[in-house]
Amino acid sequence: MAGLHKSEFANPVINWIDTRLPIFTMMQKEYGVFPTPKNFNYLWNFGALAMVILMIMIITGIFLAMNYQPNTELAFNSVQHIMRDVNYGWLIRYTHQNGASMFFIVIYIHIFRGLYYGSYKTPRELLWMLGVVILILMMATAFMGYVLPWGQMSYWGATVITNLFSAFPVVGPKIVTLLWGGFSVDNPTLNRFFALHYLLPFVLVGVIFLHVAALHITGSNNPLGIDVKSPQDTLPFHPYYTVKDSVGICAFLAFFAAIIFFFPNMLGDPNNFIPANPLQTPADIVPEWYFLPYYAILRSVPNKLLGVCMMFGSLIVLFVLPWLDTSRIRSARFRPVYKWLIWVWVLAFVVLGVCGAHKPEGIWVILSRVATLYYFAHFLVILPVLGKLERPLPLPESISQPVLGRRGGGPLLGAAAAKPMEKA
Amino acid sequence: MADSSAAAATHHAPGHHGAAGDVTKRDLLQLIALAGAAIGGGAIAWPLIDSMNPSKDVLALSSVEVDLTPIIEGQGIVVSWQGKPIFVRHRTADEIKQAQQVKLSELLDPQAGLDKDRVKSGHDQWLVVVGICTHLGCIPLGNKPADPRGEYGGWFCPCHGSLYDTSGRVRHGPAPLNLALPPYAFESDTKIKVG
Repeated sequence: MAGLHKSEFANPVINWIDTRLPIFTMMQKEYGVFPTPKNFNYLWNFGALAMVILMIMIITGIFLAMNYQPNTELAFNSVQHIMRDVNYGWLIRYTHQNGASMFFIVIYIHIFRGLYYGSYKTPRELLWMLGVVILILMMATAFMGYVLPWGQMSYWGATVITNLFSAFPVVGPKIVTLLWGGFSVDNPTLNRFFALHYLLPFVLVGVIFLHVAALHITGSNNPLGIDVKSPQDTLPFHPYYTVKDSVGICAFLAFFAAIIFFFPNMLGDPNNFIPANPLQTPADIVPEWYFLPYYAILRSVPNKLLGVCMMFGSLIVLFVLPWLDTSRIRSARFRPVYKWLIWVWVLAFVVLGVCGAHKPEGIWVILSRVATLYYFAHFLVILPVLGKLERPLPLPESISQPVLGRRGGGPLLGAAAAKPMEKA
Repeated sequence: MADSSAAAATHHAPGHHGAAGDVTKRDLLQLIALAGAAIGGGAIAWPLIDSMNPSKDVLALSSVEVDLTPIIEGQGIVVSWQGKPIFVRHRTADEIKQAQQVKLSELLDPQAGLDKDRVKSGHDQWLVVVGICTHLGCIPLGNKPADPRGEYGGWFCPCHGSLYDTSGRVRHGPAPLNLALPPYAFESDTKIKVG
């Protein structure tokens, strides 16, 4: 009986299970008493929010799949059938459709949090790289999901994106034929996109599990970017951060509900209300908003192969970010120059998004080229050099110290509680 | 956990009234939060579950009209209603008589067992039943005069040998119940509407 786990749960049923399969002990360790830096701000909510959205997407997606037909003859009408005939089909579809946008809003803020507070730096490099894998998987999933309603934008989006691979010399056209399963985007393409769109979210769940597992090895970063030095720097995850996450989830759900019920088509494209027509491209073809910055990078380069490489490169560069940033200081709070430059990078990303939404002519071409240049220069030139030149501000000794220093001891941290911290 | 609950207890000491025993304001807030989450969860779950119920287009196909003129005496036809086979049988005078003479005590399933309860009055020659064997869902034989109809002259289920009489009542197992009666009405003497 040596292999049995000694469970400390009082409830006999939980104890019986826990003795044989210690999942309750694991949950208690990882989400109950898990020591978490006590100085999180609300930017640390967005990982949990992303998990909530993923669950919403998977659940609504399963119910949509019960009524959707992955066939070029039937797909468009089956989506209309969901909207009109299926009980609450409109609600489930609008939740799923706008959920994709919510997912990207949340994930972009989550990534910004990582950039601003240096969460990608040692020892969290692998955690960050797994995050980039998640982002790329999400993009693939979102793209294939957008094809399924088989409207004009679905069809032409699929055509343009799959044709990106034709830029590669020699094998390019063969890859495209392989992706299509034919000589144009057609029924085989739609079928496999549906199969993959159903599969990838579960792959995402797997990678997210690794992402979270890695997080629980290194522990969370925090707004000060300094390591946890003593138990006084942390709080148990429950109830402190379960509650803080719940506040964020409630606020997020209110925002999400407002979009679903009052502006469900705000982020959609009117062209997708027209059934796919392989013989006519819509006059204005733009991707969904969350792809616009990458689309702008693609168009800013007047060379097919180079444009495609830059577009993929804008994501690939994130993998090596932990080694490009030579500064050992994590949080931008203590990096007087980086603190501003990260906002310039955000501005460049937003400008790229705006450029992507406009026709590539006149000022938009120039703007997108400047922004593309900064996007890459930030990672490839500025960060490696800045780490050597910048004089960081003095770091606080511990997480507890600045909390106490600034507030002078709040109601939770009375004089009695502060003393042992000073000893530690 | 021990630390935090101890901290909670001291923190809430001023708001804690002895008469209420161990019940604190925090317990109440926790219960309200959980109840709110449960109600919210239910409100989210219901649309998802309800989406699996028949959709509007399925419900729109819930009735079918049947013209009786081509059905000759002694013959039955099968029409599809809600995806189910409906037997419409034009009974001979003999079959009607046979059906009416059966006593309730002879039936396996006496519920709605009298022949007059199984047809519309004045239309004794027309028997309309759901053509699904009440055992395990096969479609019994017996609409065509050439089909095996079993010793009671109604229908014979080829799957497990259940026998039905000319009123669609089960007379020999394993089927437990009479053939079900669909809702239907005569629109004229030669036309019925099922559903």
